[in-house]
Amino acid sequence: MNPKKTSRIAKHVIYGSVGLLVILLLFLIGYILITGLPGMSWHFLTSVSQSFEAGGGIRDQIFNSVYILLLTTLISFPIALGVGIYLAEYAKDNWFTSLLRTIIELLSSLPSIVVGLFGYLLFVIKFQIGFSIISGAITLTFFNLPLLTRSIEDAFRAVPLDQRQAGVALGISKWKTIMGIVFPCALPKILTGVILSAGRIFGEAAALIFTAGQSNSVINYANWNPFSPTSPLNIFRPAETLAVHIWKVNTESILPDAHQVSSGSAAVLIIVILIFNFGARRLGNVVYRKLTATDKER
Amino acid sequence: MDDIKQKLLSKSKQTTEDRRGKILCYACLSLIIVLIVSILYFIINRGTATFTQNYLSLTQFLTGKQWNPGHHQIGALPMIVTSFLVTILAAILATPFAIGVAIFMTEYAPRKGTKALRAVIELLVGIPSVVYGYIGLMVVVPLVRKLIGGTGFGILAGTLVLFVMILPTVISLTADSLKAIPVSYRQAALALGATKWQAIYKIVLRAALPGILTAIIFGMTRAFGEALAVQMVIGNAVLMPEGLGTPTATLTSQLTSQMGNTVLGTVSNNALWSLALVLLLMSLVFNLLIRVITREGVIK
Amino acid sequence: MIYKTFTLPLHEIDLNFTSLRYIKSKLNERKEGRKVKKKRFSQLFLLGGLLLLLSGCGNQPQNKITVVGSTALQPLVEKAATEYEKKHDGNITVQGGGSGTGLSQVQEGAVQIGDSDVFAQQQSGIRANELVDHKVAVAGIAPIVNQKVKVKNVTMQQLRAIFEGKITNWKQLGGQNQKIVVINRSKGSGTRVTFENDVMNGQEMMNAQEQDSNGTVQQIVTNTPGAISYISFAYLRSQGIHPLKIDGIQPTTQNVATNKWKIWSYEHMYTKGQPTGETKQFLKYMLSAPVQRKMVKEMKYISIHDMQVKKAIDGKVTPVKEGQ
Repeated sequence: MNPKKTSRIAKHVIYGSVGLLVILLLFLIGYILITGLPGMSWHFLTSVSQSFEAGGGIRDQIFNSVYILLLTTLISFPIALGVGIYLAEYAKDNWFTSLLRTIIELLSSLPSIVVGLFGYLLFVIKFQIGFSIISGAITLTFFNLPLLTRSIEDAFRAVPLDQRQAGVALGISKWKTIMGIVFPCALPKILTGVILSAGRIFGEAAALIFTAGQSNSVINYANWNPFSPTSPLNIFRPAETLAVHIWKVNTESILPDAHQVSSGSAAVLIIVILIFNFGARRLGNVVYRKLTATDKER
Repeated sequence: MDDIKQKLLSKSKQTTEDRRGKILCYACLSLIIVLIVSILYFIINRGTATFTQNYLSLTQFLTGKQWNPGHHQIGALPMIVTSFLVTILAAILATPFAIGVAIFMTEYAPRKGTKALRAVIELLVGIPSVVYGYIGLMVVVPLVRKLIGGTGFGILAGTLVLFVMILPTVISLTADSLKAIPVSYRQAALALGATKWQAIYKIVLRAALPGILTAIIFGMTRAFGEALAVQMVIGNAVLMPEGLGTPTATLTSQLTSQMGNTVLGTVSNNALWSLALVLLLMSLVFNLLIRVITREGVIK
Repeated sequence: MIYKTFTLPLHEIDLNFTSLRYIKSKLNERKEGRKVKKKRFSQLFLLGGLLLLLSGCGNQPQNKITVVGSTALQPLVEKAATEYEKKHDGNITVQGGGSGTGLSQVQEGAVQIGDSDVFAQQQSGIRANELVDHKVAVAGIAPIVNQKVKVKNVTMQQLRAIFEGKITNWKQLGGQNQKIVVINRSKGSGTRVTFENDVMNGQEMMNAQEQDSNGTVQQIVTNTPGAISYISFAYLRSQGIHPLKIDGIQPTTQNVATNKWKIWSYEHMYTKGQPTGETKQFLKYMLSAPVQRKMVKEMKYISIHDMQVKKAIDGKVTPVKEGQ
């Protein structure tokens, strides 16, 4: 067979596999949306869920998911940034760094159920925080950290060396070079990393079942005092997220409309992640342009 | 004079700034180390209790086939075997597919296409495993039942679900490693008269091999630790798998479904933590593999 | 390293200039630089604040009750808690987690009430004498089969033989030629313990497929031809499955109340020692008419007040004396 023919065949095979992937994606997303969207209504999105009667909604679950996501990111981002900078800029290539990387990766590959049980025994029981948003957020931090650290480190490494040389040549301290020059350049990539990990947090159920809990307390959205037990902002109240709700409805629910609620929730979840993805990408571009004073998008 | 002397002798503003930054980094570093060490200690401590406190034999744990911790039978072999089988099969399925798509993204597709494809693949990461499991139960299991008979629950169904779940990881990491190969390599190959495929196959793929292997192992790690989705389609019978279509159990599925029914500190509970320990050790092995591969990662 | 300089993409070269421009602007207005750093610091402070909050939050409000345990009982308690909170000043958190979790947590004193589908004595690792049992309802359990299975009635012996693995085809019971697929429940789960006690009569169950949750079992039996499993009455309403009669007796709540239907268990709420204060009030509410007459019925449980028999831990059933 001559090389040209092989090249053509290879191209077709590759296009074929992409086609397959696209079909698979369309099927998955289509399946979720088609089963979920018919049951969708304003009522479904804005009412509280029911224990065993039909007609429940997912208002609190949506809020909880977003709130836990924000808290987790808030806790894990500074830590991950520090470790990422260390690994990319300061770390020497020795056994310690190697060991550090290995255990960080190890943390990311732990099954989420194990992390969840650890969080349960430590935060919920030992520290007596109880089933709460904060227990959930800290537990999620555990496996958000490795992912985030890795993507931040990669983002920093991708910035060309010249940028740092330029900074140092101007007599700025290394730290300032990192924060003032390298960080803004790495920001779009960092944001992508944050989005990716956010997607995983948003869809995580196993780690939250035992930490944030699987039921909601009564929430009053007019109450913005974060220390009141009925306030949505209270971080010590138990909170069921969307993904946990899907899990619960699928496994133990006796709702007559369980099927609808679960597929509706799944559809909402996908749509939220979609919005989140595109929104954050936009934001990344805007921030990047502002920080680096460029006019064009990257 | 004194002014200048003092300025020269005292630390410059830049140095203090740098110090402060470094301290911040080290603080974060120590925090993450404390976190990791505590969780590792915790799992190891609980996981070894089966052998150190209940005095059950490690050989029985690794080679036995009877799993009934309540009666002190803790043969975990069926679960270990199944976990490995689904993981490896899923990786075998996903690899060629992922490489094809990654090549398309880096070598063939226009930039817009790549971006769109990437966005959708990232979307896949966010679908909760419960939903994957649910679709697996509704679509994959009946399909498998039709194809090979039996109940449909088992290794094949688990493999198919895991295959889809690890795709995003494997694809995006593979694409990253292909992208990291400098354009000049391709240009050199093309200039020598190679066809596009020859350039990809003989140069790019070969140069990216360590990266691709890393991607695959990362996918395998994810598959190995996946719990909720697999639990719904694997069947959860602690039996040695007799074929692709017989119900069996993985380490994670057993862990998930039993944890709530056991009491902390009993043999049954300790045995489950031992399973978690096996998972931990396996991820350690996978990680070391990645380390070895990336270290040896020179073009032969 | 050399090739990198040559293949540096255009936009990155461009970037180098922009970064220079940026540095200049930075040197001019130092304030902005401080702002960037301040932001980082404020984030760190926030984190520190959170951790502080964490350490200082050991004290919880007095009237807060946490209920943990049986997933089967969860919906009922959840609903009752919501109603209770409307009338009283309590704050009740209801969580699942399984009977084992519920019992061990209440024993540790980590929660006020532990829900369980089984007697505390039946759970290994629990010091049952420290716990006080409050039976709030009775759950009937019925064998279910796939809709397409023609068999409608089995004897207790046949049912046992199926789960022992001695009967393997529906043909043997007068049905169609279809292999029986046994879907068991997870070891130690309340439903399974009850089934083992009331049906298996000491015989070992065969090693079969296991599922943890009622919902998943329901789905699997619906989808798998020839499947059989057992499930709490509350989950019987769905399409695609039908319950089996045993010795000609229908699985109904009335039959459970008289013990004609033999497979049932109590739903327990355990407290450590005698309950006091708000916990006592809530347990009293669980036994009151609004819960027992309405919610319990809606969930297809049997009210504890309707039972004409009682079952001891060893499975012995005795009639309830009047006025008890």
